[in-house]
Amino acid sequence: MLDIVISGLLLSGTYALVALGLNLQYGVSRIMNLANGEMLVLGALAAFWMFTVGKLNPYLTMVLAAPLAFVGNWLIYRFLLRPLVSRSKNQGQLEVDSILATFGMSFILIGIMISIEGGFFAYKYLSIPIEILGTKASLSRIVAFAVACCIGLALYLWLNRSRTGMAVRAVAVSPQSALLVGINVPKISALAFALGGAITAVGGVLISTFITLDASIGVIFTMKALIIVIMGGVGDTRGVIIAAVILGLVETTVATLIDPGLTLAAAYLIFLAILLFRPQGLFGRKPT
Amino acid sequence: MMARTMLRVERVTKRFGGLVAVDGLSFDVNEREVLGIIGPNGSGKTTMLNMMSGAFKPSEGFISLSDRQISGKAAQTIARAGVGRTFQLVRLLPGLTVLENVVAGAVFGHRRQWGQSAKMMALRMMDRVNLNIAPNAPISELTYIDQKRVELARALCGEPNILLLDEWLAGLNPTELEAGIDLIKTLQDEGRTIILVEHVMGAIRSLCDKCVVMASGAKIAEGSPEHVLADPEVIRAYLGDEDE
Amino acid sequence: MIRGSFTELLIIALLAAFAATVPLIANGYWLSVCVTGMMYIALATSWSMFSGPTHYISLATAAFFGLGGYLLATGMSDYQQPFWLMLAIVPFTGAVLAALIGLATLRLSGVYFVIFTLGLAEMIRNLVSWIQNNFLGSRGLYVLTDYTEKHIYWMLLAVAATVYMLGWLINRSRLGFSLRIIGGDETVARHVGINTATAKVILFITTGFFGALVGGILAPRYSYIEPNQVFSPQLSFLVVIVALLGGSGRLWGPLVGVIPFTILWELVQTYFPNQTTLFLGVVFLVIVYFLPHGVVGRLEQILKQVRKRRS
Repeated sequence: MLDIVISGLLLSGTYALVALGLNLQYGVSRIMNLANGEMLVLGALAAFWMFTVGKLNPYLTMVLAAPLAFVGNWLIYRFLLRPLVSRSKNQGQLEVDSILATFGMSFILIGIMISIEGGFFAYKYLSIPIEILGTKASLSRIVAFAVACCIGLALYLWLNRSRTGMAVRAVAVSPQSALLVGINVPKISALAFALGGAITAVGGVLISTFITLDASIGVIFTMKALIIVIMGGVGDTRGVIIAAVILGLVETTVATLIDPGLTLAAAYLIFLAILLFRPQGLFGRKPT
Repeated sequence: MMARTMLRVERVTKRFGGLVAVDGLSFDVNEREVLGIIGPNGSGKTTMLNMMSGAFKPSEGFISLSDRQISGKAAQTIARAGVGRTFQLVRLLPGLTVLENVVAGAVFGHRRQWGQSAKMMALRMMDRVNLNIAPNAPISELTYIDQKRVELARALCGEPNILLLDEWLAGLNPTELEAGIDLIKTLQDEGRTIILVEHVMGAIRSLCDKCVVMASGAKIAEGSPEHVLADPEVIRAYLGDEDE
Repeated sequence: MIRGSFTELLIIALLAAFAATVPLIANGYWLSVCVTGMMYIALATSWSMFSGPTHYISLATAAFFGLGGYLLATGMSDYQQPFWLMLAIVPFTGAVLAALIGLATLRLSGVYFVIFTLGLAEMIRNLVSWIQNNFLGSRGLYVLTDYTEKHIYWMLLAVAATVYMLGWLINRSRLGFSLRIIGGDETVARHVGINTATAKVILFITTGFFGALVGGILAPRYSYIEPNQVFSPQLSFLVVIVALLGGSGRLWGPLVGVIPFTILWELVQTYFPNQTTLFLGVVFLVIVYFLPHGVVGRLEQILKQVRKRRS
C-alpha cells in the first residue's frame, strides 16, 4: 500500500512538470499544444542519445536541452503559431486552428524522431534501489521527483514574485485587460510558450531515466498532461500540481492492483468525472 | 386601468468568485413600458441583462416573466418564452447572409416558422428596422448601424414579449443616433415592452417611462428620467465617468 | 436557410451510378484502392456533417470503426451469428457510444471534445485487449464470409450514398440550419431558441452510427480481427485530413479531397514507407496554413474574387 503511494507520488512529480509546461502554453498563450507529448519525447530522445553516444549524464543533458527547447519553442510560436493568433477572429477559431497545426507538428516531430531512432529507447541510469519508509524506489525516480519539485517551486516563485511572472499571470487571466494595462501580450505569450516547451522537454529528460519510451508514445503523455491541466483548472499552478498527484496515485494504484495496460483507461475515468461534475477543474473559473 | 407586470426582478444577486456584480437588485417592468437601466461603467447593468436573457444564472433571487420563473433556466428556454435581446458587442453569424441572420430569430422562436412564412417574416422585420440591404448580401460588408439593425430585426423575428437592448445606441454618429432613437420610438408606439441599457442620456430622457439607476451592482435610484437624473446621488455616482 | 439543391442531388446520383460500375472494370490492386477510397468517402462525409458546421473536431472515428468491426467479429466468431444480423446491430452500438460521448462533452466547449476523442480509440483498444486477454481467453476472432472486395465496395458505395442523402436532407432542414448557426456563434444560437446541446448530440450520433457500420463492413477484408489493428488511431487522423483537404463547408467537399489523397497516400506508403507520419504532418500544416477551408473553399474564394472583378 505504502509502496503504491510512494511510487505514485514520485511519478506525479514528473507528470506535474510536464503539465505545468502545457499549462503555460494553454493557459497563457492560449495554444492547445497537441505536440506537447512529442516535445517530451524529444527531450527523452536527446537524453538517450547523449547518454549512449556521448556518455553524457542525463542531468547534464537536461541543462543543455532546456535552453535549446526554449529557443525551439519560441521559434515555433513566433513563426508557426503567431500567424494563427493574428488571423483568428475569436478564441474558438484559434483553438481549432492551433489544435490542427500542433497536431500536424506532432506528426512531423514523430516522423523526424523515427528517422533518428525507430525503436524503443531506454537506458539504465541511477537505477539503484533506495529505501524510503520501508519500500524500495529507484534513485532515478527520486532524483526526478526532487528536480521536478525544485523547478516547480522556482516556477511558482517566479510567477508570483517577479514582475514578468505577474505579467504572465495577468495574460493568463485576460489578454485584453493585460493589453490595456500596457503589457506586451504577444511577447509574454511567446515567452510563456517557449518556457512551457522547455519545462516539458526537461520533464522528458527526467522521465527517460526510469521509463522506456519510443517515438510514438508522445500522444499518451499529451492526453495525460491535458487531463491534468483541465482537472486542475486551466491557468492555475496549484491546481495542476494537485491534479498531477491525483493522477499519479490513481495510475500507480491501477497499474499495481489491476493491470498496467489500464492506466489510460483510469485517466479517462477521471477525465469523464471532471467533465460531468466539474468541467472548470478544481481551481478554474466556471465557464460562462 | 392597472398595467400588468411583465417582468419582475426580485432581490437578484450575482457573484463571480469574490466579485459581487449585482447586489440585491429588485424592480418591475410593466406591460408596454420602456424601462431604462443606467449607471456608470461596471455597475452591473449588462450582467443584469444577461441574467434576464439566461446567459447567466443568478446567485440569489428570482426573475419572472408574466409570473413564470425564468431565472436559472437555459437561454434557449427563455428565448422561446418570449425574451428577445441584442448584445453590447454586436453578434452576427459569420458566413451566413443578412436574411439568414435575421430569419434565425423566426425559425427557432416560439412560433417556430419555416420556409416561405419565415422568410416573409424576416423581410418584414428588415423593412421594419429600415434595413435597406439585399437579403443575400454577406454580413461582412455591413456598416455598424446596419449590423445593429440586423441584430434588432433578428430579435423582433422571435415575436418577443419583451425586448432587451444592451447599449444598442452606442457608437453611433449623430445622424445614426437620431435615426436609432426614432426607430426605438416606433417600437414603443407599437406597445412593446422594452428594457434599455444605455449611456446616451438624451435617449433615456426621450424614450423611457421609468429608470433604474445602478452603481456597484445595487440600485441607487428609481423613477422617471427627470427625477433620477436630478438626484444628487446619481450625479455623484457618475462623477468621473466619461460618458455624457 | 436551405442549402443544397436538387441539381446537386442529381449530380451525386449520376456519380454514384458511375462509381457502381468500377468493380466491373478494375480489379486486384486498383479495386483495393477504390475500396479504401470509398471507405474514406463514407467516413469523411459523415464526419464532415457534424464537424463541418459545428467546428468540433472529432477524432473518434477510429473508435466507432473499431467498435463496429470488433463487435461484428465477436458476434460472428463467438456467437455464430450471421454477417447481416451483426451488420444491422453494430451501427446502433456506435450510436450509443456517440450518444454517451456527446452527452458528456458536447455541452462544453470544443476543446474538451477534441481532447476526449483524441485518446479514445487508444483507450478502448487497451480496454478491449484487457477484457479479451483476461476474460475471454486469447483466441482469434475470425470473420469468414464469401464477400470479396467487389461486394465490400458496393456495400460501402451504398453507405456513402445513404450518408450523402442524409446530409442533403439535413442541410435542407431546421437541424442543418441550427448547426450552421451553432457553428457561427453558439451564444446567439441559444438566444434565438436553439437547444444547442441536443442538436450537436443528434448529429454526432449519426457519425457514430455510420462509423460503426463502415467498420463492420470492412471486417471481412481482414478476416482475422485483432484489437491492435481494428482500433488504429491513425484512421481518425486520415479521415480528418480527407474531409478538411476537400473542405468541410460543403457536403461534397470530402468527395473532392478523397480521390487525390487516396492516390497520394498509396504512393507514399509504397515508396516512402518510413515517412508516412511525416507526410501526414506536412499535409495537416498545408491545410491549416494554405487551405483552411479546403480545396473547395479556396476555389469558391477565387470564384468570388473573379466575379467581383467582373462586376
